[in-house]
Amino acid sequence: MNRKKERLIKYLFTTLAFASLAFLIGIVLVLFKEALPIFAKVGPKAFLLGESWYPTAEPPEFGILPLILASLWVTAGALVICVPLGVGSALYLHELAGPRQRAVLKPVIEILASVPSIVYGFFGMVILAPWLQDTFELPIGLCVLTTSIILGVMATPTVASIAEDALSYVPRSFREASFAVGADRWQTLTKVIIPAAGSGISTAIILGMSRAIGETMTVLMVAGGSAVIPSSIFDPVRPMTAAIAAEMGEAPVGSEHYNALFAIALILFLITFVFNIAAELISRRFRLKLGLSR
Amino acid sequence: MHDTMVDYEKQMGLENFHPSLVKGPVGINMNSLGEADLFGSEPKIDARGVNFYYGSKKALNNINLGFLPRRVTAIIGPSGCGKSTFIRLLNRMHELVPGTRLEGEILLDGLDITGPACDAAELRKRVGMVFQKPNPFPKTIFENVAYGLEVNGVTDKELIRGKVIDSLKKAALWGEVKDRLKDSALGLSGGQQQRLCIARCLAVEPEVILFDEPCASLDPISTGKIEELILELKKEYTIIIVTHNMQQAARVSDRTAFFLMGELIEEGRTERIFKAPRDKRTEDYITGRFG
Repeated sequence: MNRKKERLIKYLFTTLAFASLAFLIGIVLVLFKEALPIFAKVGPKAFLLGESWYPTAEPPEFGILPLILASLWVTAGALVICVPLGVGSALYLHELAGPRQRAVLKPVIEILASVPSIVYGFFGMVILAPWLQDTFELPIGLCVLTTSIILGVMATPTVASIAEDALSYVPRSFREASFAVGADRWQTLTKVIIPAAGSGISTAIILGMSRAIGETMTVLMVAGGSAVIPSSIFDPVRPMTAAIAAEMGEAPVGSEHYNALFAIALILFLITFVFNIAAELISRRFRLKLGLSR
Repeated sequence: MHDTMVDYEKQMGLENFHPSLVKGPVGINMNSLGEADLFGSEPKIDARGVNFYYGSKKALNNINLGFLPRRVTAIIGPSGCGKSTFIRLLNRMHELVPGTRLEGEILLDGLDITGPACDAAELRKRVGMVFQKPNPFPKTIFENVAYGLEVNGVTDKELIRGKVIDSLKKAALWGEVKDRLKDSALGLSGGQQQRLCIARCLAVEPEVILFDEPCASLDPISTGKIEELILELKKEYTIIIVTHNMQQAARVSDRTAFFLMGELIEEGRTERIFKAPRDKRTEDYITGRFG
């Protein structure tokens, strides 16, 4: 009886554990199945490098380069914001903040991560975009810059929190060793602690990047939505996620447009997949380097 | 208690000696039982009336203890007796822990190191430290030894190279690593890592070396090598070693200080401390009755 029960429990947990694998495989299969027809029709090169996206024109054009570039621009812009903010906060928290400040700051940064993306979108649309439009006398406030700022702020808690973890994994003994030969705090930080936490900090940045490139609701609201190749940070753009979200509702199931949107999703998935693998590989090397896995 | 101590010192004719010797337990040790080498020179480091607090908890109580140049002084005592706490005061490593307070004076060559007038980084170049667990940086073997020179502003590549090689030789590691200076230090064995840490410490040319239980995580063979090295280094440096291994104290040290519950119970020539301890508590500890 008991053995039977144990076996039952074992199977139950095995099933649960493999469920996420099943979901992943299911998603990948669906993406490929729905995306392949458009690659067959247009050709992967024309699809990826085509410069015009007019899916509902006659004849339709399915070139997603403007969408890919839009995603890359806003993500790069977001990095410019979230890397200094996130890594800076992490360094401050780790190195300078006293216990009392840390007790306030760390939860606050983490709460920033829990603000729903629609709220960020609202903020961008109602406050930031009009302000930028006035300040820089832009024709439209919804543009790469606005999106980058909002995405950057959204990704900051991810970067800050993971980078701070990485810094705190650096053994205290390294710090002692550095001080013991007469190094000061700044030398210890730049020559010992940051290099030792370097790959952890890179992981933090890559995950922040994934967060920015995969974000949908905010970019839908503040990016401006125009599917042209951006030429300046003041241009309105249509990143990949925004295109899928905006157009999926009006694309007839099974149409070329429908397949093309799936293909965009597949490309997006592959990009974030590569980011995550890179982050995992780097953080594994990091653990080895600190001797934590032994 | 204090009065009887003073009387005792008067009887022994000790009241005119060095102040560190007449104030506390060190003075008590000054008798005819062959403590002669104390009279040969001034202490290199001299702690006077040191009290130390973690927050409101008093961790050290009125420590008066001198360390002679080119001698090895062992500090022994059970866990939590304050021995590690004490040696961390000598290069001000205690300042890395917030909320501590130090009273009294610690003199290095007669100058107080506890005040703001003394720069902690400068002090740590003169008073090096080797830690309980080998703590090489995740850098190459060469970079580990060169680190102390670089942070102290040495830029001459040839000079750095020369000092790195010298230090590795002095730390008895050169033969084992000379062909792999560019390999990661983390690939070395525990004992080699500890000798690398000693080399890193030697590279900045300290005058005093503090060893905080340097063999606590090492096997007996590596421990033997470190002990040999300490005996070699004693010719040039003032060495203070904290250990809870009494055989080790007996093997490497010239003088031994016994700490118990934040107090210095007894200090004297190692041979004398082990053969004829004066305090009952020292005797109990070294005969293994507690600790």
